Amino acid sequence: MVAQLTEDTKPVPAGGTPLTHKRENLWQDAFRRLVRNRAAMIGGTIILILIFIAIFADFIAPYPYDKGVLTDQNKVPEWMGTLFPTMKPYMKTSDKYPFGADYIGRDIFSRLIYGTRISLSIAFIGATISLVIGIIYGSISGYFGGRADNLMMRSVDVLYAFPGLLFIILLMAFFRSSFAKPQVGTFGSILGQIDSHMGGMFFIIIGIGLTAWETTARLTRGQVLSAREKEYIEAARTVGASDVRIMFRHILPNIVGPLIIVETLAIPAYIGTEAFLSFIGLGINPPTPSWGAMISDGAQSIRTYPNQAIFPALALAITMFAFNFLGDGLRDALEPRMRGSQ
Amino acid sequence: MAATDILIRVENLVKYFPIMRGIIFQKQIGSVHAVDDVSFNIIEGETLGLVGESGCGKSTTGRAILQLQRPTSGHVFFKEEDLVTLKRNDLRKMRRKMQMIFQDPYASLNPRMTVGEIVGEPLTIHGIDRGKELQDHVDQLLHMVGLDPAYANRYPHEFSGGQRQRIGVARALSVNPSFVVCDEPISALDVSIQAQVVNLLEDLQNELHLTYLFIAHDLSMVRHISKHVAVMYLGIIVELTDRDELYKHPLHPYTKALLSAIPIPDALAEAKRQRIILQGEVPSPVNPPSGCRFRTRCPIAQKKCGESKPEFREVGSNHYVACHLV
Amino acid sequence: MGRYIARRLIYLVVVLFVVSGITFLLEHAVPGGPFDREKALPPEIKANLERRYHLDDPLLVQYGNYLNDVILPHLTFHPATNNMDEDYLFNFRLPGGLWLQWMNFGPSYASRSRTVNDIFRQQLPVSIQLGIMAFFVSVIIGMPLGIMAALKQNTFFDYFGMSIAIIGVSIPILALGPIMVWLFGVDLKWLPPSGWGAQPPYIMGFIPHQLGWNFFKYAIMPALVLGIGSSAIIARLTRGSLLQVIREDYIRTARSKGLIESLVIRRHALRNSLIPVVTILGPLFAALVTGTFVTELIFGIPGLGKYFVTSINNRDYPVIMGTTLLYAVFLVIANLIVDIVYAFLDPRIRYS
Repeated sequence: MVAQLTEDTKPVPAGGTPLTHKRENLWQDAFRRLVRNRAAMIGGTIILILIFIAIFADFIAPYPYDKGVLTDQNKVPEWMGTLFPTMKPYMKTSDKYPFGADYIGRDIFSRLIYGTRISLSIAFIGATISLVIGIIYGSISGYFGGRADNLMMRSVDVLYAFPGLLFIILLMAFFRSSFAKPQVGTFGSILGQIDSHMGGMFFIIIGIGLTAWETTARLTRGQVLSAREKEYIEAARTVGASDVRIMFRHILPNIVGPLIIVETLAIPAYIGTEAFLSFIGLGINPPTPSWGAMISDGAQSIRTYPNQAIFPALALAITMFAFNFLGDGLRDALEPRMRGSQ
Repeated sequence: MAATDILIRVENLVKYFPIMRGIIFQKQIGSVHAVDDVSFNIIEGETLGLVGESGCGKSTTGRAILQLQRPTSGHVFFKEEDLVTLKRNDLRKMRRKMQMIFQDPYASLNPRMTVGEIVGEPLTIHGIDRGKELQDHVDQLLHMVGLDPAYANRYPHEFSGGQRQRIGVARALSVNPSFVVCDEPISALDVSIQAQVVNLLEDLQNELHLTYLFIAHDLSMVRHISKHVAVMYLGIIVELTDRDELYKHPLHPYTKALLSAIPIPDALAEAKRQRIILQGEVPSPVNPPSGCRFRTRCPIAQKKCGESKPEFREVGSNHYVACHLV
Repeated sequence: MGRYIARRLIYLVVVLFVVSGITFLLEHAVPGGPFDREKALPPEIKANLERRYHLDDPLLVQYGNYLNDVILPHLTFHPATNNMDEDYLFNFRLPGGLWLQWMNFGPSYASRSRTVNDIFRQQLPVSIQLGIMAFFVSVIIGMPLGIMAALKQNTFFDYFGMSIAIIGVSIPILALGPIMVWLFGVDLKWLPPSGWGAQPPYIMGFIPHQLGWNFFKYAIMPALVLGIGSSAIIARLTRGSLLQVIREDYIRTARSKGLIESLVIRRHALRNSLIPVVTILGPLFAALVTGTFVTELIFGIPGLGKYFVTSINNRDYPVIMGTTLLYAVFLVIANLIVDIVYAFLDPRIRYS
């Protein structure tokens, strides 16, 4: 049977037309799916709005975040009385402050607005650091394999066993104390100055980066390991591609998808961690406003002036929602076979 | 066979894969004898077919020749150069002369690169072309394998299996190699497409004066395309001769068994024929049987088959067999 | 299997070394010891205190002593006394008059009359109670939600359940806590906004005697707040895995055998869909542990988490070390148990 076929059949040039008519690559396809996901679009829009607020905070906020008018302590606008009826008997009203003033007389609304800067910076810079370190570490470990990989992963495993929050608390305590009052001119003092210029964010970002890269590294390594065995990698090697070229041109583009998904979904955790650190006093230096610190301040007076804690809590919740929705949408878009079962 | 005609000379090629145990400190506790002392020559412009069942080491042989897997020992001469001793940079330059066509048309193309990029990548790596010339060269290659160059900016998932295999052929031929290892290039395709692809390979061989090592487990397809055929079993070659001789006068019991399994298109003759059915399972390549490896399944095995390894020797004109009983 | 457990136990020891080492370094790299606090102590008293607590020994010696006390179990003939230097967390009487003693975390620097183990015995049970209740919350809410959503896919149940799940995953404890404290504690006054309803002594070390409404009214909100994140994760995972399992061929076979649907689900589908849920129990425990820190602070619960944060400010090294090590050990053991249960449930991986 084979003999008969081979004699007469020749490759047909017209047989070279592809099967599909659409011209799109996998990224465009995923993007289309993402846009159709309403929840993800809502999340994305919220994030864009927050970015806008953060950049133009100076123009949007009606008051500065650090100067309080002491005589305006704890004042609230009228409508809060209906929202929080327990406050009615003793509240002092004023129309100056949209969400009320805190215990030093600072405007809560303005502080919330400036707070977006903190939360978003932590979110994006933290995610970037985690991705950069994690991808480099994981790729090297996964690509070269063998003993090196074994050793590298075992180290990460042990570090991983350290309860995350505990580790970060210890780190922050360490950073704060050792770099707070060092001798002038040493490395420590330089770091300390960077940190105080950034309102305390520098060390928080380092702390988060140091704890977050482990998951990214492990994920990257897993992806690299499975990508490495694919035949097109072997094909690339056959045509003479160098290791570097294989890594950047063949492996990385194919694994970047899941990494971005995971990172986006991890961002709420970063924001939450910073909020908690500020809550216990190990985070952002006052008076720079962080939603976590505002919750901490407000928690003191939760019985009397609940608005001071609840509004920052809402801000935190909304931001984390947005990132979660977006991350979920990304995941559905980039891995469509999971849809309906995830 | 004049010495100047030989393109590839494989001498005592050995490839063992170590089996490791342990978590932090790893120890080798054994090895898989994938290729165990294999020698043959491939003449320029001709096709050597390499057949055997799954796991016999034929794919590993192909990869070891191309140095995709570095051999444990042995020599692979491309003309006069021993590939085994080449350093990385020299080896990369040699890659222009020898290429591979892979088995799985779905996995051998990077899903995130366009077809044009895939075919053009070897040209970029070796600095052969750039810019407009690169485009033209890629178009020319696509046309040569029967694909419309207008679709160079499509992605692999938009093509069928047979078309993707052609893309793989175009990629392999882009650097103008003299030697191509075809690792089961049609096993993953529908039967009707198989013929097209094989014809394409033959036409290209004639046009470009290519030398093929055609690895397959389908004997009838190998018969069509090869000039010489080697039969492998559990890491060693058991018979090697030219194509017609093998199919008319097979000598090794394994070859005879394989050939008897090919269906004959004549129903009456097929019904009357005696099939040789091999008993038992293929032994593990970690611990091959002593003496002749085939003796555990051989229908005519005798005591001396277990005592010493049969020599791979010439028993007719250009007909090599590894068996005590021939 | 025994081999596997042995390997994991070795891993546990390695983890203990690394964790204690890092913590030790971090603590001691910080300038200022525990006795450098606000009130300046006269130098002789300070020197005496430091000598008493061995703070003037070289670091390696201190570390070595510490490891000896905490990690190495001791076999002795005399039972533990009430002496501050010999307070072990575990005291087992063995036959032959022997005692096995283990884990002496040393004295607390901040509360001079208590050892770390004293503090553990007082604070840890509260955290354990909270953790257990939160775990139950997450399973009791999460699993039925997920199962319902899967069985009635794309109906109201599904969307409603999954919306709750997304909300649960997104809202951090730090946000949900104060909101609930205000809503149920201050505004509606249904539940106390802070505090805890149990005190030592406890049955078996952590079960409170008084298990009535007086106890639970303090526990409802924190357990809910802590557990809701995990319940959301469990819900989504259960739904996803059950959806996948339902489509498998062997379920179709079961149905075509004539089994009623509920039996099909219960006997065949459920068991297999639980397996992915078991795999995330490990990270789930870790999340619960870290969550107790936040919850205790917000709800004013006298657990170990709250105490830990204060001891950082006080530079109470033994408490810091002890808490860190204890939680690390708990996580490693919890992960080991989870892996064993997983191997038990899924015969396919028993032999890997």
